[in-house]
Amino acid sequence: MLALRKSILAAAICLGATGGAWAQGELRFCLHTEPKTFDPLKVEDESSVMVRYLTGGVLLRMNRQTQALEPELALSWKVSKDGKQITFKLRSGVSFSDGTPFSAEDVAYTVQQLMDPALHSATGDAFRSGPGNVETKIISPTQISITFPAPVAGLDRQFDQVAIMSAHSAKKEMAVLGPFMVDEYKAGATLRLKRNPNFWKTDAQGRKLPYLDSIKIDIQPNRDVEMLRFKRSEIDLINTLDSEYYDKVATTSPQLVHDAGPSLDTEQLWFNQVAKSPLPAYKKTWFHSAAFRRAISQAINRDDLSRVVFRGHAQPAIGPVSPANKFWFNARLKPQTYSPDAALKALQAEGFRLENGTLKDSFGNAVVFSIITNSGNKARERMATMIQEDLQKIGIHLNVVTLDFPSLIERMTQTFDYEAIMLGLANVGLDPTDQMNVWLSSSENHQWNPSEKTPETAWEAEIDRLMRVQASSADTRKRKEAFDRVQEIAVDQQPFIYLVNKNALSAVSASVQGASPVIIAPQTYWNVERLSLK
Amino acid sequence: MRSRRAVIWRWLACAVLLFVVGISLAANFIAPAGYARQYREVADAPPSHQHWLGTDEIGRDRFARVLYGTRISLLLAPAAALLSTLVAALVGGLAGYLGGGWARAAMAVTDLFLSLPWLFLLITVRAVMPLNVSPLVSVMVTFVMLGLLGWTSAARVLCATASSLRGSDFVRQAKASGIRGVRLFWIHVLPNLRPVLYAQFWISIPVFILSEANLGILGLGVAEPLPSWGSLLQELEGLVSVGSEPWKFVPLLLLAVVVTAFQFVLSNQEELAA
Repeated sequence: MLALRKSILAAAICLGATGGAWAQGELRFCLHTEPKTFDPLKVEDESSVMVRYLTGGVLLRMNRQTQALEPELALSWKVSKDGKQITFKLRSGVSFSDGTPFSAEDVAYTVQQLMDPALHSATGDAFRSGPGNVETKIISPTQISITFPAPVAGLDRQFDQVAIMSAHSAKKEMAVLGPFMVDEYKAGATLRLKRNPNFWKTDAQGRKLPYLDSIKIDIQPNRDVEMLRFKRSEIDLINTLDSEYYDKVATTSPQLVHDAGPSLDTEQLWFNQVAKSPLPAYKKTWFHSAAFRRAISQAINRDDLSRVVFRGHAQPAIGPVSPANKFWFNARLKPQTYSPDAALKALQAEGFRLENGTLKDSFGNAVVFSIITNSGNKARERMATMIQEDLQKIGIHLNVVTLDFPSLIERMTQTFDYEAIMLGLANVGLDPTDQMNVWLSSSENHQWNPSEKTPETAWEAEIDRLMRVQASSADTRKRKEAFDRVQEIAVDQQPFIYLVNKNALSAVSASVQGASPVIIAPQTYWNVERLSLK
Repeated sequence: MRSRRAVIWRWLACAVLLFVVGISLAANFIAPAGYARQYREVADAPPSHQHWLGTDEIGRDRFARVLYGTRISLLLAPAAALLSTLVAALVGGLAGYLGGGWARAAMAVTDLFLSLPWLFLLITVRAVMPLNVSPLVSVMVTFVMLGLLGWTSAARVLCATASSLRGSDFVRQAKASGIRGVRLFWIHVLPNLRPVLYAQFWISIPVFILSEANLGILGLGVAEPLPSWGSLLQELEGLVSVGSEPWKFVPLLLLAVVVTAFQFVLSNQEELAA
């Protein structure tokens, strides 16, 4: 009997000690800009997205590590064959942070609010595939079906971004279903989140999640200061790290930095193909020529860009989709080869000729053009300077121009007074539908030639058709085929000359347990409910 | 005794300046690889036999870039300083000499210039400039802009000095002797403004060098691949990374040495003149 008591006591001490260790602590990190809203339906900016991730409860969540969709507040779901309807079976016994019970009514309320045109919700826009109203049908308190007027591509995946709001709580968006809730907010300085006592998740041992008591988020725009604070152990995480800082930390404390491999982000350059641009006719002819663009692409040493500019923490880009996007990347595409000789031959076949080290077109115009990039971005400035030397080898003289971002955007979207631009694209979503605004020729973000009334080339018309096919189909195989073909056309025509895919670099303090950085945001705290502090 | 020591310091400062100018002009022979060649296999390398000051982030020889950058900055920063000092002498000196309504009008214009948001104006100027300009032209444009915009503070100082000279005994005596107008300004006022002009000139040089560095961040400075002290000093951004790489401080050290040498030349000239 005494032995049994001793065992129980020992077990209780062990549990108590473990429980205490899990439940304590405040995680600290920085956001670079202030969140513009705490309303999960109005979120647009990156910081607000991060806060929504930490506080919002969603029906389905894309596992940032496996990229697979997993049930959260929904126990199961089913998408109709036509891609217009989705039916959820919901978890029961779940409450919002203020104690209000969660039911299908809340899902219906959230969807109706989200799709209200007056709200202008960027999250809602992803579901707007055709004219008409969205219908919600509450089958039971734990079952609901939502019907859209037209098929929505990747319908279930879009719910990763939809944080459910309470239909009845007086606290509205401040009543949440996620692991944390807003505790204190000092504008421009700090946001403190505290654990949601009603969060529904438990770990394998039955302990309530999250482990952390609170999260302190400092608004810190300066990345140098963020790095210094990390080195002084004033913050625990850095979500995205510069390759230079990564190497500096790695030399002294390699266990603190993580290279999760190629991210979804791309760095690319493109030539101005706008017919009404104020460029000389002969330059327009160069830039409209796929052979010219291919030759430029071939003359760029992407391996060097990755190795030198990003210190090996980047991969030469293959096409529009990073290999990190496991499902949508077209694995049939071959890496782009670097060959100045082949590039020069291709240009000579097009009528260009090399005279005294200068490449000239068939009319005798020296091939000179400028490339603009945003000032202050050291990596892009260095890439441009390296490309300058690469192109010099085939007799092309490149002028590197750095401009402040508003001036660059004005030239890119208003005056079209530029020759080539180098920028990056931060891809947040995995689904090709997220790139519709880039690939459709009628889109304003179709950078090389925006807002075309009708596609100006046959290959752009084909891309338009394929993007619409993938966006209107619920058949994943058919969608994949269409988007694979888009990638092939993009690589063949080179409207964008893709340069590198940067690796996802992050830093995590040794005091943080359970961190497993990934390539998709939020890289270091995607599993925040399972993070704890030593 | 004091003036003899001053002469020694002056000659020492002149020797330093001549040495710096000399080696920068001989950059083609000392660093024949040039400032633009990229040794990509040894990017961001520490000092070695091949690269005395290591290489920059994309593998360019830092020693060569320092030499060529010194040449550009030492030729163009004084040129810009000269331009701004001349404008300041014209506006401030004449305003102070003429006095009355002229001085008030000139100082109003100076105040207006001082109050304008030059940063945004410079951004606008860069935004409307043609894109296909050679790096050399971009350098010239940068320093001309600096020279044309950097005269205001000096003009106020010169105006005050010229104003005080206007009421001095020797000017009154000259006027009584019948000397007037441009001749009076040229013979009696301007020589007495010389120490202030010198001071403003030397002070402007490091200011323009640093301004060029700041403009570089906005895309208004010297275009790649041409180096300048300004672009070389940009390597010092982010103190986290510099502590363990002291050789990156060489451009800063060189700037400090050159500016100090300029100051010695200036102060000793004033002393000798006195």
